[in-house]
Amino acid sequence: MKYYDKLIFELSKKGRTGYTLPGGNVDAPALPATLCRQSDLHLPEVSEVDVVRHYTNLSQMNFGVDTGFYPLGSCTMKYNPKINEEIAAMPEFAGLHPLQKNLPGVKAVYEGMDRSLAAITGMAHFTFKPCAGAHGELTGLMIMREYHLRRGDLARTKIIVPDSAHGTNPASAAVCGLEVVEVKSNADGLVDVESLKPLLGPDIAGIMMTNPNTLGLFESEIKEIASLIHGCGGLLYYDGANMNPLLGVVRPGDMGFDIMHLNLHKTFSTPHGGGGPGSGPVGVKKELAEIADSVCVSGFNGNFGVILRAYAYILMLGKENVKLAGPLATLGANYIKESLKDAFKLPIQRVCKHEFVFDGLVDDGSSTGKPGATTLDVAKRLLDFGFHAPTIYFPLLFHQALMIEPTETESKETLDAFIDIMHKIAKEAAADPDILHGAPHNAPIGRPDETTAARNPILKFFDEQCAS
Amino acid sequence: MPKFPYFPHTDEDIKQMLEKAGMSSLEDLYSDVPSDFIYRGEYDLPEAKSEQEVRDFFAGLAGKNPKLKVFAGCGAYDHYTPSVIPYITSRSEFLTAYTPYQPEISQGTLRYIFEYQSMICALTGMDVSNASMYDGPTAAAEAVRMAVTSVRKKNAVLISETLLPQVRKVVETYAKYYGTQIRYIKEEDGQTSLASLKEGIAAGDVAGILVPSVNMYGIIEDHTGFADTVHEQKALYMVYCDPSVLAVVRTPGEWGADVAVGDGQPLGIPLCYGGPYVGFMACRMEHVRKLPGRIVGETRDSEGKRCFVLTLQAREQHIRREKATSNICSNESLMALWVTVYASLMGPEGLKEVNAKSYANAHKLYYALMKTGRFESKSALPFLKEFALKPKGITPEALHKALEDRGFFAAIPAGDGFVTFCATEKRSDEDIESLINAVEEVMK
Amino acid sequence: MANVIEGLRYSESHEWVKVEGNVAVIGVSDFAQKEMGAITYVDAPEVGDEFEKGEEFGALESVKAASDLFCPLSGKVVEVNEALEDAPELINEDAFANWIIKVEMSDPSEVDTLLDAAGYKAITE
Repeated sequence: MKYYDKLIFELSKKGRTGYTLPGGNVDAPALPATLCRQSDLHLPEVSEVDVVRHYTNLSQMNFGVDTGFYPLGSCTMKYNPKINEEIAAMPEFAGLHPLQKNLPGVKAVYEGMDRSLAAITGMAHFTFKPCAGAHGELTGLMIMREYHLRRGDLARTKIIVPDSAHGTNPASAAVCGLEVVEVKSNADGLVDVESLKPLLGPDIAGIMMTNPNTLGLFESEIKEIASLIHGCGGLLYYDGANMNPLLGVVRPGDMGFDIMHLNLHKTFSTPHGGGGPGSGPVGVKKELAEIADSVCVSGFNGNFGVILRAYAYILMLGKENVKLAGPLATLGANYIKESLKDAFKLPIQRVCKHEFVFDGLVDDGSSTGKPGATTLDVAKRLLDFGFHAPTIYFPLLFHQALMIEPTETESKETLDAFIDIMHKIAKEAAADPDILHGAPHNAPIGRPDETTAARNPILKFFDEQCAS
Repeated sequence: MPKFPYFPHTDEDIKQMLEKAGMSSLEDLYSDVPSDFIYRGEYDLPEAKSEQEVRDFFAGLAGKNPKLKVFAGCGAYDHYTPSVIPYITSRSEFLTAYTPYQPEISQGTLRYIFEYQSMICALTGMDVSNASMYDGPTAAAEAVRMAVTSVRKKNAVLISETLLPQVRKVVETYAKYYGTQIRYIKEEDGQTSLASLKEGIAAGDVAGILVPSVNMYGIIEDHTGFADTVHEQKALYMVYCDPSVLAVVRTPGEWGADVAVGDGQPLGIPLCYGGPYVGFMACRMEHVRKLPGRIVGETRDSEGKRCFVLTLQAREQHIRREKATSNICSNESLMALWVTVYASLMGPEGLKEVNAKSYANAHKLYYALMKTGRFESKSALPFLKEFALKPKGITPEALHKALEDRGFFAAIPAGDGFVTFCATEKRSDEDIESLINAVEEVMK
Repeated sequence: MANVIEGLRYSESHEWVKVEGNVAVIGVSDFAQKEMGAITYVDAPEVGDEFEKGEEFGALESVKAASDLFCPLSGKVVEVNEALEDAPELINEDAFANWIIKVEMSDPSEVDTLLDAAGYKAITE
């Protein structure tokens, strides 16, 4: 990767054109002056070649799953099959207006997805309106609240969220008007059932759980938790962000969950696109199906293009291969965990699911008299060797959290190469932590000054010409 | 091991990996799962297909959808997509990356988001934009929540009856559960009534208002007096807009608005049955700390090189949890790139030309339809590419259906006996004439 | 080692209070600023806002964290340190010299419920 320092605005030259439109010249709209734009429009004026070169150069400063191994914990960066892209781009799908009704081909896609996801998760029905995971969480909580409201049970205004939860869980609860009650994890990193009991009561709408949780550990006491929550009149919400290890093995519906979302951009192979578009369909048990369809959380029909991609993946996978997806993802995580626990601190010694968390280096090099190497330093040093970094400093239960998720699409050779480099970095840290402090050494840029970025925000392009 | 192209494991690989993990079978990896939760049945899914079969399957489904000429808008507009856009957005370095958490190897994503933010600001006349939201209606719902969290102790938001129905519906859904009171500003002669706004805001409990720039009838609204009325009450003046038309229509910034939201779809994103699109949200600098979503900012690296990072993150869910400005995490980054490449190609002149041609086409259609004598216009107020008419002697639904049978997606029922038509620069003279002929045939 | 100044009063949530007549000058402790690291933004209330003892009145932000500020005493905000708006780093430079708000106390007896320097030192060790 090489550094390239242009913004498209800086390529602009007055009079240059990057488009063609059919037909002859047409006069500007005859609108009353008060309704017309008053100021100049400062968009770049560039040629088509300028645009193509510029964005090609930008892309070359980016790292994707197609570039290399991307073990970003809780993000399930599996390979994105190319057939999916071809399907989503079919003009007979891409040209459809969202309000069109009589579309047998589209109907078959939604019905096929509904049936497939229901089979995989043990839920009865899915709504496809949510556009991302957090959007699915919010939708699921709205369904939960609506369920209580329709029963006339107005007192259920609190939701239980484990302290290890993804940040989106409490945030979604707040946006849904629910008060968050945190339940602690026990020494094994699991929801502490004894701490849960006193929280239960007639004011509890339900619980949000991630299973396996953000430490990659299966919540083995889920059966008791489900019966406690149901016993107090609440519902169980399943955060599907960590569904991948259970794909083809365990169905959330069977564990007692009433509502869940899936991240099609995680478990079902659609590309993350640098942070979206995703899709977060919400599945519910039969008695909630009507409510699920009634909650309107986005403009039209959800991210149809993403749903098409996920359906293509499910059809490729089929009933045979689906049974291997979760186990192979889990195998990769346990393989890395066991291979690296000599050099990185493993706070919880247990079989993990699709991911696991280290708590920093065994030897951070501080015995050399220099400041020790942190998780941030390890992450930055990994970039030098052509790997994306794991998720760092999450979950918050450990100070030096390093969360690794390999996915089932990575070969043993790739995992071995990663393990070798992690060992090499650990040795470097022990011998001279400064090598890590200065990393990355060969990325397009060094570490950015984030403090200045936050203290004196520059949030858009600005030049003298635009200012006038 | 079955042969499957996305699983690279050989039997030998699995054996060695299991050994290292201290296990003897893949089932052992689930020893911590209560055994009655292990699903032992057959999944109710089709058998695995080859890539060729998958392609044929979808081509078959795609062929079942009738192909209609789109003369409809209603928040999704059929503008032309230059071929450069899908070419750039399918570059896998963009397509297969995650959110740019490691800025050192994500400068591509961070730079185009910075450009996107700059373009949204240029179009809307706002100071600062976030990195994108799911779609226009959810951006509107987030704006409504932003108003009540910004303005202390006021819990009502006024929204216009002339907003697109899906915007109203999503705003109402979010507001219901968050506990925000939504009240309506009435429509008068096809646009938001200033008198009704004044009456609604006088109650003293209003944190903000949300009104459209171009409304559900295609009418360009005149917001004279809105800014003063709203700011006297220390409330937020928020505008829902189509960013494409802002190349020619007075911007939210020029009207004195505090927040601008809308859907970026008209900037070259295909209709795609409603998504993925991209919501945008921009505001005045003084409100930046309340702005939901990710924001990219410029800074320098350790060697002084210009670079870009996610910034002001203390607003966000991964740090603030239940106190965050929003729960949003994934947004619509790739669609923001889509819009950015579009705006780069079109430039200021191209966007004006798109509007001029859409205006010409829509007006040509409008005058021809009015000439039939079978329609009544919603209002004499100016419109751009979309307009509303009341058909005489036929119901909106019957007209819509009859046109669909003739190969047009047009005359969308808009309530009160009205239908809307829309014509973008993509519609040719022949397209327009054939629609006019079809209408004449249906209504003769 | 974080600095603790004698003669000031402290809350368990790491705010310090200096009483000047019926006005309480409020800031955050040196311990709190050290825990936060480089402060990038001070979210302060407006003059005229009223708070109960223990109510949240603002927040400190750093690049990767946010920490709420709790009003150690009930009362009405009479002055806000505007210098912090452009230079939040002043708190990192000297947390005691750079107060955040001044509050006109509605119940000055609440001062007695706060920790003294020795008591505060004990909870930060």
